[in-house]
Amino acid sequence: METLRFILANLPAIGQRTVEHVSIVGVAVGLAIVTGVPIGIAITQNKRAADIVLYIAAMIMTIPSIALFGVMIPVLSLVGQGIGYVPAVIAVLLYSQLPIIRNTYTAISNIDPALREAARGMGMSSLERLRQVEIPLAVPVIMAGVRIAVVINIGITAIATYIGAGGLGAFISRGISQTDSRQLVTGAIAVSLLAIVADYGLLWVQHRLTPVGIRTARPWTRRRGLVRTAPA
Amino acid sequence: MIKLENLTKAFDTPGGTVIAADRVNMDVADGEICVLLGPSGCGKTTTLKMINRLVEPTSGKIYIEGKDTDQYDPVELRRTIGYVIQQIGLFPNMTVEENVCVVPKLLGWDLARARQRASELLATINLDPAIFLKRYPKELSGGQQQRVGVARALAADPPVLLMDEPFGAIDPINREVIQDEFLKMHRRLKKTVMFVSHDIDEAVKMADKIAIFRAGKLEQFDSPDNILAHPASAFIADFVGTDRTLKRLRLVKVGDTMHPQSPRVTVDEPVERAVALMYEHGQEFIVVVDADGRPHGYVDLAAARDRAGPVAEHRTALPATVRLDDDLRAAVSTMFMHDVRWLACVDRDGAFAGFITQPGITRMLGETYRALGSAPH
Repeated sequence: METLRFILANLPAIGQRTVEHVSIVGVAVGLAIVTGVPIGIAITQNKRAADIVLYIAAMIMTIPSIALFGVMIPVLSLVGQGIGYVPAVIAVLLYSQLPIIRNTYTAISNIDPALREAARGMGMSSLERLRQVEIPLAVPVIMAGVRIAVVINIGITAIATYIGAGGLGAFISRGISQTDSRQLVTGAIAVSLLAIVADYGLLWVQHRLTPVGIRTARPWTRRRGLVRTAPA
Repeated sequence: MIKLENLTKAFDTPGGTVIAADRVNMDVADGEICVLLGPSGCGKTTTLKMINRLVEPTSGKIYIEGKDTDQYDPVELRRTIGYVIQQIGLFPNMTVEENVCVVPKLLGWDLARARQRASELLATINLDPAIFLKRYPKELSGGQQQRVGVARALAADPPVLLMDEPFGAIDPINREVIQDEFLKMHRRLKKTVMFVSHDIDEAVKMADKIAIFRAGKLEQFDSPDNILAHPASAFIADFVGTDRTLKRLRLVKVGDTMHPQSPRVTVDEPVERAVALMYEHGQEFIVVVDADGRPHGYVDLAAARDRAGPVAEHRTALPATVRLDDDLRAAVSTMFMHDVRWLACVDRDGAFAGFITQPGITRMLGETYRALGSAPH
């Protein structure tokens, strides 16, 4: 009850923290898509390069976020950005690489070889093939990677408050330091809600981006829809 | 039209070099269907894919319409050659129309023209454009998909069509239908077609020329009839099967084997005239026709001799008839089914045209055996 009162009294502050949170995750994952998707496509050309890149991305994933923030402080201090927004975005950018690169790589390499051969045999160049066939077909799996990245990093960004990046983690850190369960619970609920809303929102985006010809029933309705098939 | 000169492909594998195609020489004339035939791993698909450079030849030359294909960029070359694969490979993210328009768009046609073309092509493959243009591949049956695959290959009107076991994944009933449709379309469009198959029956049905491969080498390159009548080696004789003579029956139409000037009597003529005609032609039967020339039974010599009255009273019903454009296999099958040694043949309007006999068919099949090297059709 007290928590609820706290939430109602602090709605503007919660709103502002949410905007901060979303801006860190949004910008970082946006940049991660711009970098990770091309990397994921590029490494389909070479098995060895793919192994190395995926290994490095997986290794980054295992670094605890608090340690990563700590490591970045002295490095980014050189350019006067040791704490705050920039290191938070960089950390999230790095954590997003694995799901995005791996899903892109898997999606492109799993495209039916017959489609690739048909495309080649009809006279598409590699770029035409990517643009007209491979990327459209890979979109659902790439978007699934983006969703994973977003959900993971909404959690990770909550910790970025310790390097002064703000966000919803501020409620949690202050709740801990002031032993104020109202703030703690408010922060935890807000982060969870944000993750759930973002996941469903992106699921809708994923559905919209999936080419009509390979769409299945709307995934969020959890109902097995009828797929129209040809008359026998 | 398509000329292969000492075409060779060697693959380097961990187990050493494998020669997939070994100095293949072939010359396929304009408008012909050439079927590349052989057991799996014999080099037929490799040879086909070298023509559109999906596989780069190790050595040798390929000429299309007299032009050396090495002179072209492979991507540009492929846009001028239709290509159909067994797995069909329609792009699932595109509608039927978009799939058919792929090559025209790559060639820079304007959209209206490409769409117009897609609509025309769909009509030629018996798919209603109004229904199918906006459908996605997953909404089509296998047979419909393969028809669209062929339409897509024909979209930019290429002079050459390469087909890699195009009908292999379709059930036997639909396969026959699609083969017939394709042949009909081919008679109109007159493309030069290279067609990979491992099915001798399909090859005999489709081909003007058959090229039989074995371990990368072209073993025999000839008309289907010559390959069946004169296999060049024990391997080919074995490959085409011990029933190769029966297979040749498919190549000959009833009309080509029929006794053309067959005598006939009408129903109201006297039976004495029927008997006289039979003696005159040395036959033991004569076909009875009505006023429109349709067969209405026959008169048997043994039964009619020394009888009187109109033919109608002495005739026996015909067990079956065959059409002039049926192949001999259908005719022989009908003969066996009804246990008869001859059959009356009818033309498209159902009028009596002549008859075929078992000895006549045997003689026909024997002719090419005697006349070495000649193509009877």
